[in-house]
Amino acid sequence: MNNKTHSYNEGDLEEYNPAELLICTASRLMADNTTAFIGTGVPMLAASLAQKMHAPNLVAIFEFGGTGAILEELPTAVGGENTFHRALAASGICDIVEAAQRGFIEYGFLGGAQIDPYGNLNSTVIGDYARPKVRLPGSGGGNDVGSHCWQTIAIMRHDRKRFIEKLDFITTPGYLTGPGAREAAGLPPGTGPYRVVTNLGVLGYHPESKRMMLLATQPEVSIEQVLDHTAFDLLLAEEVKKSDPPAQEELRILRNEVDKDRLYI
Amino acid sequence: MKLIQSGSGELIQPLDMDAFRAWNREKPKALVDKRMTEAEAINKFVRDGDYIGTELYGSVRCPMSLVSEIVRQGVKDLRIAGQGVLELDLLLAAGLVKALDITYIGLEVYGVSNCLRREVESGRVEKVVDWSNAAIAWRFKAAAMGVPFIPVRSMLGTDTLKYSAAKVVECPFTGDPICLVPALVLDVGLVHVHRVDKYGNAQIDGISGFATELARASRRLLISAEEIVDTDVIRDQPDRTIIPYYLVDAVIEAPYGAHPGEMCYRYTRDEDQIREWVQASKDQRTTRDYIEKYIYSVKDHQGYLDLVGRKNLDALERGAGHEQ
Repeated sequence: MNNKTHSYNEGDLEEYNPAELLICTASRLMADNTTAFIGTGVPMLAASLAQKMHAPNLVAIFEFGGTGAILEELPTAVGGENTFHRALAASGICDIVEAAQRGFIEYGFLGGAQIDPYGNLNSTVIGDYARPKVRLPGSGGGNDVGSHCWQTIAIMRHDRKRFIEKLDFITTPGYLTGPGAREAAGLPPGTGPYRVVTNLGVLGYHPESKRMMLLATQPEVSIEQVLDHTAFDLLLAEEVKKSDPPAQEELRILRNEVDKDRLYI
Repeated sequence: MKLIQSGSGELIQPLDMDAFRAWNREKPKALVDKRMTEAEAINKFVRDGDYIGTELYGSVRCPMSLVSEIVRQGVKDLRIAGQGVLELDLLLAAGLVKALDITYIGLEVYGVSNCLRREVESGRVEKVVDWSNAAIAWRFKAAAMGVPFIPVRSMLGTDTLKYSAAKVVECPFTGDPICLVPALVLDVGLVHVHRVDKYGNAQIDGISGFATELARASRRLLISAEEIVDTDVIRDQPDRTIIPYYLVDAVIEAPYGAHPGEMCYRYTRDEDQIREWVQASKDQRTTRDYIEKYIYSVKDHQGYLDLVGRKNLDALERGAGHEQ
């Protein structure tokens, strides 16, 4: 994510950069013996770290056909050879998304340029659709992951341009307009956004209103800072926790094994 | 079936499954030698205004030698199904794209596509219709099944559906809303594979992306391959053949045909070359310089490989995992 500056020196495991913080925080949400739909970038690094830390049997599933890869080297593409390195199966996109559509994939990881209070994501256009100010890449597998995985986790940088009340375009469904909206639209019941991991905090959703709620702040970040960087009314959990900083062991594995060429961190 | 919602997007490729059946009936079923060069294949089978599709995508097992030849011959006003990286960037940069069914066009780890931004924001690409990734694969699957649509649970409730050409209906069995995606029959499909025989029986190692579906959704199908093998090699492991010969119109031998993308078990992606493109694509002038250097100024795929250099290609081979 950021290979320009490193806030740490070699061997200094107390310091970490924002990319490392995101990766470590996301990694802790990946449970052992579950299936997770993984995209490139932060989710990939987080999955690799999780496999080496607490979740050796995390089954990483990649859009174009890789199921159960051992993530030793970092894929730079969701169809790359590393997405089925020593994997359990190598099939194709229909097999993978149909497995998700049948309810086999627990977690899905997502990104986007904008997110709203209901966890809807935009990765299509900024501005008017017919004559966009910025034409972004488009849904890719995002919409499919957001439609079919049981629980989705969005990984975002946190600022007022990204956390906004109304999206220019809903690419990927969160809770749409609120409680019951997914089901009314025909999306599978019981699915939807679960967490948002950012450089400022970990967020979830209010069980009734389905609006985004701050669960924990990242180290050295205050609740006020999170609210200041969010352009919509953010709910607060009854007790907003403090996330643990990346542990020495996590940073050591991340730097020496997961991304030893420092492609992302 | 009660219609609940219609996407506002245009059906860029008209839907006629009976015409597709009639077309397929006329395709030669004899085992004939279909080998030819990229130049011959593009000249013979790809026409101005065609609707084309490539597989897998720009940096992975993508038919780059065929795409480059399209650019070299300047086949224009193309309509394209877009899951792409470098290959669609090149077609966009060369100004050959008129309409897009898009799911993702970007540069993956290197971010948004500068060519997509320039061509769409300026309005030079006249039509853009958005879909999810699986929706496009399923549209090929519907065509491969020979049916006009298939019901799916993607895109529901979103603007992706609103601006697509999909429809939402009340399921006649359950009463729940369900999304119908229309079959997508390509005028020309382009697929790069590990091995093929001279008749077109093709085998892919590793993940198969959407090759199975796209090949069966193509009126004309061009197969480029790392190597052309004897039919006995195919017959030794017929279970590996995912594209049978009768689907195929042209067979092109193209070693390193996916360069600068990767070909699993054979060579890794050429990061330096990809970065050179990413850098060049930021500005229109340097974009043109790149295309001039690597496509217009070389005669054919071999000319391109000579320019990249044996030493660089050897290094990419050493970087790849090997099957045995």
